[in-house]
Amino acid sequence: MTDEVAGIATRLAKHPFLAGMPDVHVQALAGLAHLQRWPADTRLFSEHRTADRFFLLEEGLVYIEMPIPGQEDMVLETVRGGEVLGWSWLFPPYVWHFSALTVAPTEAIVLAAAGVRERCEASPEFGYDLIRRVAGVAIQRLHAVRLRLMNLYDPTPPRR
Amino acid sequence: MTAMPGVIESAAAELVGSADSGTDPMLPHRYRVVRRRLETRDTVTQLLEPLDEPIPAFAPGQFAMLYAFGVGEVPISMSGDPSRVELLQHTLRNVGAVTGALCAARPGAVIGVRGPFGTSWDLNSAYGHDLVFIAGGIGLAPLRSALLQALSQRERYRRLVLLLGVRNPDELMFRKDLRSWKGLFDVDVEITVDRGAPGWRGQVGVVTTLLPQAPFDPDNAVAFVCGPEVMLRFTALGLSQRGVPAQRIRLSTERNMKCGVGLCGHCQLGPVLVCRDGPVFSYDRLAPLLHVREL
Repeated sequence: MTDEVAGIATRLAKHPFLAGMPDVHVQALAGLAHLQRWPADTRLFSEHRTADRFFLLEEGLVYIEMPIPGQEDMVLETVRGGEVLGWSWLFPPYVWHFSALTVAPTEAIVLAAAGVRERCEASPEFGYDLIRRVAGVAIQRLHAVRLRLMNLYDPTPPRR
Repeated sequence: MTAMPGVIESAAAELVGSADSGTDPMLPHRYRVVRRRLETRDTVTQLLEPLDEPIPAFAPGQFAMLYAFGVGEVPISMSGDPSRVELLQHTLRNVGAVTGALCAARPGAVIGVRGPFGTSWDLNSAYGHDLVFIAGGIGLAPLRSALLQALSQRERYRRLVLLLGVRNPDELMFRKDLRSWKGLFDVDVEITVDRGAPGWRGQVGVVTTLLPQAPFDPDNAVAFVCGPEVMLRFTALGLSQRGVPAQRIRLSTERNMKCGVGLCGHCQLGPVLVCRDGPVFSYDRLAPLLHVREL
């Protein structure tokens, strides 16, 4: 393992998304990863483009958004340092459903999707571990969307 | 019946002023509006000074019954600095006839005030802890008093964290305070909106999404939560998942308070009367009641 890969493995192991993942899997992921920084207002990916990577954000803030013709892009939610960005890479047809834009300087560990998928196929134990983590995040975000649908802060107040 | 609000208001105010309002919790004290600040499109903060004997000093979290003479009375939490006993501050949203009349009251107008009623946030019992204030929408108003008190006694607490969720940036109230608190090195303020707007560069999502990464120690935190009941439930759940014990999660709830002193029963919530036993409850006491559909 090169120093660079070892450094990435250390950072991967510290990332909350991978907390508790066995070292052997973390080291395998490190070989598929690189570090990257972006200034604010950088588009990380766009809707309908190939989802060939995903991001473990270490610092920063990213909008997940959807372009609407004739209007400003609609911001659906934010993803912050310590969170994972992107899961379209995991399921066919491997295209982004939404777009992502940095709104603050952002640093992330970027993982190559094809390699991670291959690793999932080769090691069901690793694949199950990873899918469980992605599913956990998906459930949290679904939950948050449901709360927003309920108009959390303004359920029809009693008229007084 | 056609009401004559001006006549009714002045007659009622005169009647109230002649009574011994210093001893009877059912009699309002007269207060004059000295300043009115528009917080959002439909939310107003009224600053009130007493015309009679002032009501006793309040503790953050308590509420008063505000009386728009000739219209009606509503329970509204104190939103001001508890150390400023000479002035009351209430922030209210126009959602009906009474709150509409109270919101519309201009400087010089006289309104009735009874209170303070109910339980407080009890900041004194949180010495040495991280304080986590979590507000949804106008729920920031009752928490503002507690935050001001905590800031005035900053050395008594460890981290101070405010997590605030609103529907959109236009609904942010106490903007001056928020800017000031955000500028402090020893206070963490995180704001999220359900829906962004042009110029908004902050977080988007419900307030519960801020919980997993909020900078506090669950083993040593006391949480103070105020907002609509659905938000209380899910926020308390999120805090529990972070590891905050139920006894250290305090929720301010609301029911149809009328008398304010536990007599009329309008605000009954199972075995408790919210005006007397609340509005601030610990989660371990409130949780079994929040999940009873009939309550």
